[in-house]
Formats: sequence, structure tokens, C-alpha cells
Amino acid sequence: MSESIIPPEVRPKPAVPAKPPHVVAPSPTAPHGPQGLGSGHLGGGSTLLGYIGIDTIIEQMRKKTMKAGFDFNIMIVGQSGLGKSTLVNTLFKSQVSRWSSAWGSEFKLPKTVEIKAVSHVIEEGGVKMKLTVIDTPGFGDQINNENCWEPISKYINEQYEKFLKEEVNIARKKRIPDTRVHCCLYFISPTGHSLRQLDIEFMKHLSRMVNIVPVIAKSDTMTPDEKNEFKQRVRKELEVCGIEFYPQKEFDDDMEDKNENDKIREAMPFAVVGSDKEYQVNGKRVLGRKTAWGVIEVENPNHCEFALLRDFLIRTHLQDLKEITHNIHYETYRAKRLNENGGLHPISANDTQESNL
Amino acid sequence: GMDAIMLQEKLVERLLCPRVRTARQKEKQYVGFATLPNQVHRKSVKKGFDFTLMVAGESGLGKSTLVNSLFLTDLYKDRKLLNAEERINQTVEIIKHTVDIEEKGVKLKLTIVDTPGFGDAVNNNECWRPITDYIEQQFEQYFRDESGLNRKNIQDNRVHCCLYFIPPFGHGLRPVDVEFMKALHEKVNVVPLIAKSDCLTPNEIKKLKDRVREEIDRFGIKVYQFPECDSDEDEEFKQLDKELKECCPFAVIGSNTVVEARGQRVRGRLYPWGIVEVENQSHCDFVKLRNMLIRSHMHDLKDVTCDVHYENYRAQCIQEMTSKLTQDNRMESPIPILPLATPDVETDRLIKMKDEELARMQEMLNKMQQQIHDGKEQ
Repeated sequence: MSESIIPPEVRPKPAVPAKPPHVVAPSPTAPHGPQGLGSGHLGGGSTLLGYIGIDTIIEQMRKKTMKAGFDFNIMIVGQSGLGKSTLVNTLFKSQVSRWSSAWGSEFKLPKTVEIKAVSHVIEEGGVKMKLTVIDTPGFGDQINNENCWEPISKYINEQYEKFLKEEVNIARKKRIPDTRVHCCLYFISPTGHSLRQLDIEFMKHLSRMVNIVPVIAKSDTMTPDEKNEFKQRVRKELEVCGIEFYPQKEFDDDMEDKNENDKIREAMPFAVVGSDKEYQVNGKRVLGRKTAWGVIEVENPNHCEFALLRDFLIRTHLQDLKEITHNIHYETYRAKRLNENGGLHPISANDTQESNL
Repeated sequence: GMDAIMLQEKLVERLLCPRVRTARQKEKQYVGFATLPNQVHRKSVKKGFDFTLMVAGESGLGKSTLVNSLFLTDLYKDRKLLNAEERINQTVEIIKHTVDIEEKGVKLKLTIVDTPGFGDAVNNNECWRPITDYIEQQFEQYFRDESGLNRKNIQDNRVHCCLYFIPPFGHGLRPVDVEFMKALHEKVNVVPLIAKSDCLTPNEIKKLKDRVREEIDRFGIKVYQFPECDSDEDEEFKQLDKELKECCPFAVIGSNTVVEARGQRVRGRLYPWGIVEVENQSHCDFVKLRNMLIRSHMHDLKDVTCDVHYENYRAQCIQEMTSKLTQDNRMESPIPILPLATPDVETDRLIKMKDEELARMQEMLNKMQQQIHDGKEQ
């Protein structure tokens, strides 16, 4: 597209700053301050004579968002024992998921799929995040796993419904509490062969209603060659079955997005290893797993792709995940719901409030 | 006179069980049957051994790699892995690979029974059915052959051992693991293994083993038990035996590739963080499994299959047939146990003749025994 000229100063989506940034009064010649959480580029166009200060709006937005904090809801799906909880804890560097790495004897496999949501507020660099981890114990663990994704899709739709109800209210809350699932981490078992039938069934049913990020769990069971072969085969299978995982090609905003996301798509699914234990390696304390033949370092890119996943999920695409959920998945649900009732407001029978639709 | 007595003695010797000895025989010189084990050994070596090993578990647990590592073969080089879509309508299959291995003059005809498709579907209800059916079919085949008239070339296709692969990713046994082992534990020797154990730390392996052992106990799963050590074995052997038992279920790793480790070329897996050696006992229990399976317990596995699992099957079969007999008063079984079903005059007559002959011989024997007994006392 030739009409959108992308100015050279545009930066890729920014990382969450580790330290509270100090706000510098911008000058025309100084580089632009750290950009906010929204999409980054300033439009090209005519040169300005003198400086107005429009760009400070980004900073204002940032301050407001920081004050308000934001929420992020991540769902983890996969068979028992694939290290889901450990990975989420490692991602957010806190004990945000139910199970710790020391499973006690009280551990019992649930007989059906349960949905368990646990919220924590974590803070970093002055930014508060209300993180909700939605666990799905029992998925894929039974002998007969037919339709075991149904409780999950039901939950996802229920959150959309909740949001919709709030939205169509006359007296709406200023900030509608957002319990919608922004990201669904799907854990693939590292068989080294290909996807399992259950994997395909799940992703087929859910990739159109939620952002699915597939990961290869416990990838320390594969050598680098095996990993690459497996990833290629998995990607091919997903393509053949018409499953679009996040970031979906059809939602790429522009060339910049497309290029960046293409690179990510080609590296997915990320082969990860999680750990909440630290070991001393070459004088440094690292998160890892210690075996008789060496220490697997979680954040070492030569060992596994945890760092890639973390950066992708948290440092660059967190906001995008929320936006796609809101602008696309939720809208799809909303449109369907409104059409169902022939254009009338979609308040359910037991709701007494009127809507302004 | 003396001749008659000697003749009688010879007859006694030949007719009586060799274990029954009279005082006079004991006084004789070295007989030479102590060489019997060697003779058996030589004959077996000439004949060769056979062993049927079944491997079961979900796909991707390293079963084929382990088999190749155990027997230093490459049985699966032409295998084509199906992708997930191709596998949608796949059912559990039974595939046999046979390979002849010879080592130091000893021949082994090894049959590996594979069970692709097990546990891979979305709905795995009774996915062990084709496997139990297969095992029972081999028993039935053997039963027929054994009861038949020409028993010279009976082929023993009975499954002597089933290696069951438990994923290392879980927290213990899953429902499908429990159901599978319970469906098979009274038909075949089940040896559970923890697959791909190089993804577990030593601590995790210990926890998992403890948990699996506890669950095996709790669910009443009868896995293959190593026979008790003879009390006259030396201490070292007893210690090794104890270690073997405490190590179960074995945490294994297999490899089709050779890597360079500590100056040697060994079977192993090369990771960015280190090298796993399949035959290094501090890395996994592969050596213990191999030793148990091949070097010390292969024969016992066969014995238990024949003496316990097969006999149970046979007894059950006969019981079912006799109850059917009493039910509808005629035998419909195709298995020719006794030729009573078909009233054949000629066969009957022959049988009667033989019976009478046997009776006469028995009488003679009794008389001779009495005479010798009396002779001793005089």
C-alpha cells in the first residue's frame, strides 16, 4: 500500500519498561518519548512549523492507563502434567497458578473438565496488572475425551455474554469488568510425531472464538533437530486443517505488522520449558532444571524458546491480544447474538433492565 | 536266576520314573545324567530360542526407538508416520515384526508385536480390546495345536511379555493406563516403563515411580513380579536383585543415534545442555531393563506365560466348554481334546486294546516291585 508512508522514526511495539520512566518534555529535535500501549506510529504528513505538543497525548494516555491498571485473562489448556501451571508461574514470575511444582498425594484427576479462574494483581514499573489465570483441569485426561472442549467454549461464550449484557445496559459502568479470555495457551504434548487428534479437534472448535497460542510443552525431551521437525510438521498440520492460531494472518493491520507477525508465525509453536527453581550456572543464578547431564536453562534461547514466548506474549503483543479479542472475537459473538433475536436487544428472559438498543 | 533279576531291574528302570531309585542303583558308578543340563543346552542352542515381546502405549513415547536400542536393530526404518488427519479414523492395529538375531552361536527368533493407534483417539473406550483379543487368539491357537494329533511343529506365538509405556508427563497413572493394565495383567506379563525419562530430573523420577508403584498397588494391578532369589545365591547377586526390584517401574530412554561422550561413541541423545547416554546407569534404567528382559529373566517370562497365563486361559476354556456341554448336552467345540465326540468303532477298539495292554504291564510292574521289595528284605 503506497499511500501510508511509514516514517523512519517508527519503532516496533514497545516493551513494558522495567523502571518507571521519567517524562521528558519533548522537543522537536529529540527522539519521541516511549510510546504508550496502543499501536505505535505517528502518521506521516505535512511538516509542522513550530511544535504543538499533540504527541504528548500518548504520554497522557500512558499515565492514565498506568493509574487505571489493566487486566489480562489467560486460559491454559492441555493434558494433565504438561507443565501448564509451572509455565504460567515462570512467565509471570509469580505463583499465579494453582499447582506448585511439588504435587502432593492429594492430587486427583477431576472426572470432567473444570474451569478454575484465579486472579492476582501483579505490579511492575508502576504498572498494575490484574492477571487472571483460567485453568482447565481434566481436559484430555479421560479415556473418552469426546467433546471435552465444550465446557471451555461454554465458559468463553459466557464471558462474552457477561460483557455484552453490561454493554447494552442503560446505566453502564465506566469500566466494564473484562473477564473475557484474551489468550488461550494450548499445550501440545512433545511426542515428536505430530499433533494428536484431540489437539486438532480442540483448536478447530475454538480458534474462531478465542486467540489460541499453541506451545510445545516440556520441550526438553527433544533434541534441536527433533524440535524443528516436529514444529514443521505441526505447522503443516494446522495449515491443512485450516486452523489459524494467534497472530492470525487475516488480522494483520499493515505491512509492518505482517512482517513482524510472519516471523513469529514461522517460529511457532514455541517449544518451551518452565521452572520455578534456580541454579548456579557460570556464576549466574538461572531458572532451570537440573539433570544428571546438565542444567536446562529456561531463559537461554539455545535451550528452549521460553524467552521468545514471554517477549511475544507479554512484552510485545499483550495489548494486541486484548484488542483482537475485543474487536474481532467479541464482535463476532455480539453480531451473532444480536442477529439471533432479529435485531432486538439481547437481554435474557430473567433480566429486568431495559436496554437502549 | 540272576538273569531274570537283571532283566526285571532293567524293566523297572525303564518303566519307572527316573527319580525313583532303588538302593542297588545308587551303589552303581557315575551314571552320567548330570550332563543333562548341558545336553538340554546344546539341543536348545541348535534349535534356537524364540521370544515374543509386545510394546504398548500412546504414539510418540519412544517405543520403537527403545526396541531398536534393546535389540540393536533397525526394525522401523521404513515406517511412515501418519499425520493427525490420517489418524482420525484409525483403529488400534496389531503389527508383528520378526527378526532373527544370532549372538555367540545362540539364535533368537524375536517377534515384536506393535500396537499402533492405542490411546491416540479422542474416544479411547476399550481401545485395549484388539490387544486382549490378539493375546487370547494366540492362546487359543496354541491350545488347538497342543490338543491336536500332530504336535511336531507347534509354533509358539504366545506373547511372553508386554512392555507398557507410561508417559513421563503425567502425575502418575492415568485412567487409560489403569484400565489397560487391568485388562491385560491376567493374560500376559505386564512390565510398566516410564518412557522418555530424560525429560525428568532425578527427583521427579523418584516421585513418579513412588506414585506409580502406589497406584499399581491401590488399583490391584498385577504386574510381572521377579521371582524370589534362591537362598543359596551369593550376596552380590542378591543385592543386584534387590536393586532391580526397587527400581521398578524402569525409567527408560532409547536412541537410534550414536554420539560422542567421554571419549567414546555411545548410543545417546545430544542436547544443547548435555549428552544423555542410554547405557549410563546414572542417566536411566535402560541397562537394568535390558539385563532383566534378556539376560536374566527371559526364560522366566516364558515360563510364567506358559505355566500361569496360558494355563489360566486353558482352564477357563475347558470350564466354559464343559459347562456348555452340560447345558446343551452336546459338544460343539471345534477343539479336539478327546476323540469321544465321534463314535468311531475302530478307534474305540484300538483304545480298548491299548488300555488292556497298559493294565497288564502295570500288573507286571507291581509284581516285580513286590519281588524286589521282598528280595531286599531277605
